[in-house]
Amino acid sequence: MGLDTAAARRPATPGDRGDPRDRGDPRDRGDPRDRGDPRDREDPRDRGGPQDPRDRGGPAQPLLAVTGLRKHFPLAGGLLGRPQGWVQAVDGVDFAIAKGETLGIVGESGCGKSTTARLLMHLIAPDAGQVVFDGEEVGAMRGLSVRDLRRQMQMVFQDSHASLNPRLTIEDSIAFGRKAAGMPVPEARDRARTMLGLVGLTPGQFAQRYPHELSGGQRQRVNIARALAMEPRLLILDESVSALDKSVEAQVLNLLQDLKARLALTYIFISHDLNVVQYMSDRVLVMYLGKPVEIGTVAEIYERPRHPYTEALLSSRPSLDPRRRRSVPPLSGDPPNPINPPSGCRFRTRCPLAEPVCAGREPLLAAAGPDAPHPVACHARQPGSGHTRAAA
Amino acid sequence: MPNEAVLAPPAAAAAPRKGRRPASRSFWRNVLRRILRDPVTLACAVILLAIVLAAAFAPAIAPHDPYRTSMLRRLLAPGENPSYPLGTDELGRDLLSRLIYGGRLSLFMGFAPVVLATLVGSLFGILAGYAGGRVNMLIMRAIDVFYAFPSVLLAVAISGVLGAGIGNTIFSLTLVLVPPIARVAESVTTQVRTQDYIEAARATGASGWRIVTGHVVSNVTGPILSYASTLISVSIVLASGLSFLGLGIKPPEPEWGLMLNTLRQSIYVAPVNAVLPGVAIFATSMCFNLMSDGIRAAMDVKQ
Repeated sequence: MGLDTAAARRPATPGDRGDPRDRGDPRDRGDPRDRGDPRDREDPRDRGGPQDPRDRGGPAQPLLAVTGLRKHFPLAGGLLGRPQGWVQAVDGVDFAIAKGETLGIVGESGCGKSTTARLLMHLIAPDAGQVVFDGEEVGAMRGLSVRDLRRQMQMVFQDSHASLNPRLTIEDSIAFGRKAAGMPVPEARDRARTMLGLVGLTPGQFAQRYPHELSGGQRQRVNIARALAMEPRLLILDESVSALDKSVEAQVLNLLQDLKARLALTYIFISHDLNVVQYMSDRVLVMYLGKPVEIGTVAEIYERPRHPYTEALLSSRPSLDPRRRRSVPPLSGDPPNPINPPSGCRFRTRCPLAEPVCAGREPLLAAAGPDAPHPVACHARQPGSGHTRAAA
Repeated sequence: MPNEAVLAPPAAAAAPRKGRRPASRSFWRNVLRRILRDPVTLACAVILLAIVLAAAFAPAIAPHDPYRTSMLRRLLAPGENPSYPLGTDELGRDLLSRLIYGGRLSLFMGFAPVVLATLVGSLFGILAGYAGGRVNMLIMRAIDVFYAFPSVLLAVAISGVLGAGIGNTIFSLTLVLVPPIARVAESVTTQVRTQDYIEAARATGASGWRIVTGHVVSNVTGPILSYASTLISVSIVLASGLSFLGLGIKPPEPEWGLMLNTLRQSIYVAPVNAVLPGVAIFATSMCFNLMSDGIRAAMDVKQ
């Protein structure tokens, strides 16, 4: 995209990549960083919005709490089908999401973002870890069954085309989940049409169409409608807007914001696009090679990043501001192989601050002190770690 | 004799067509338009239609009773007697009438085993493909055992054990045709299973049965049927082969393979008569093959 006149007239922001005249562009509402501390923003929990009867623990109880989530995929091909090694796709992920919050997950390709999403949905079985949904442990004896979890948690995939059955009409695709859950067919169809209206597609015009007759943005709206038809409380958006072009992406993002407010939803927003995550999220989790390295509010992550990887990611964003442009890439090379990740800190092979202590011990995701409250997994930022840059 | 290569599932048939599909109504209209422009496919369709209609209305069309023998008019050459245009067989029965009636059995032996094998093979193939893992391995290795035998040998062996007769022939041919269809069904299902829309359906909490009937079947029937249609000619040839060996249809039923066998003894006396049933078998199976190729080519649209 060239430097157009309107963009040149305006002071560029890191989030400025599209045509600012585009009315759908969310960034046109001002630099997202101007929104200030997210705590000053309207808290969805304070609103007198719709109260969900399924709410158990009240607003203080996290909607989803994950501890020690782990998935290692076996590498097939050994003698007698024994695995030759393990791909450590997700290795110890912990986080909690408050009700009404949006948690962004960012990281390079292959860092385990999508695997984490599929683990949460139990589309693939976790090797270890605990998933607690609104106070109920998933899969435990007295807890929530996977089937009940899936009713309350839905997912929108990246590929809008592959995630719709080419042989079903839009209406049937949306109604399928409800029909499978035992809803009578006419009722499920009615609901599908309601959902189409909710995502901004005229039911009369789209219900009987097939996926190939729709544009990418329309298909993604259908996918959102299908997820919402199950009346979830938590929606996982796995790179859901990444494949759309910029103006359509902006429309879908605004739709998502709108739906979140209207339906009192909680989002997990997975993306490799840092600007979009900044726009959408309340808090952000940064992942590297299957492990979380930093978690904090949008302001903390984007303005006061503490992990060297987060710093590198942020400075890798393209900028129209000549003073902010860089000619040297902040990160070089590919991430190490997750089959044999580096010992100690997994980032140390590409880290500018790496020291012997980083190879020896694995840094834990921990808050450093009272004055720097957001947790980071880096020896250089943790007092007493033995790293020369860390406080003693 | 059937071509072994035909039984090997072609990769093209197994792969579901990628990319966007055109609107369904205009899609079938396009297919029809392409077929109408293809003279070979069109000619085959006309010949097959004639054979099928002749077989269906055999009593009205056949000039003579196919069972009535006549010792006086044995092995008349074609055209020798105007009332027997294609001559007579070794028992003096009208060859044209027997060929027309024979089409009934031969076509039936072409379709019945393929229909049965498609049902059974798809069931196993979809089950193996969707379940994956151990279930897949168990089913597919069992099917590989059948694959280890050449198809003709297997059909002969099964028919030999069970004895001649229509029912036994259909059973043995079905058993021969199940493995290739199951294999195609398995590979297509495996591809469909990894699609995001199946994951999305699983995410709604739907049962495996619901997902298979609601999402998998509709997406695998196209490739399976397109492959099964190529097996009709194989089935006709195999059935004729079994009859020829005396393991299929029993005399005096008119059936092309059986006619070929009985006329074989007269091949030096009446060579044209002896060849005619073979021509019928060849023409029918050839037309089925060319037509299913043509339809598949017409449906294989790269949009």
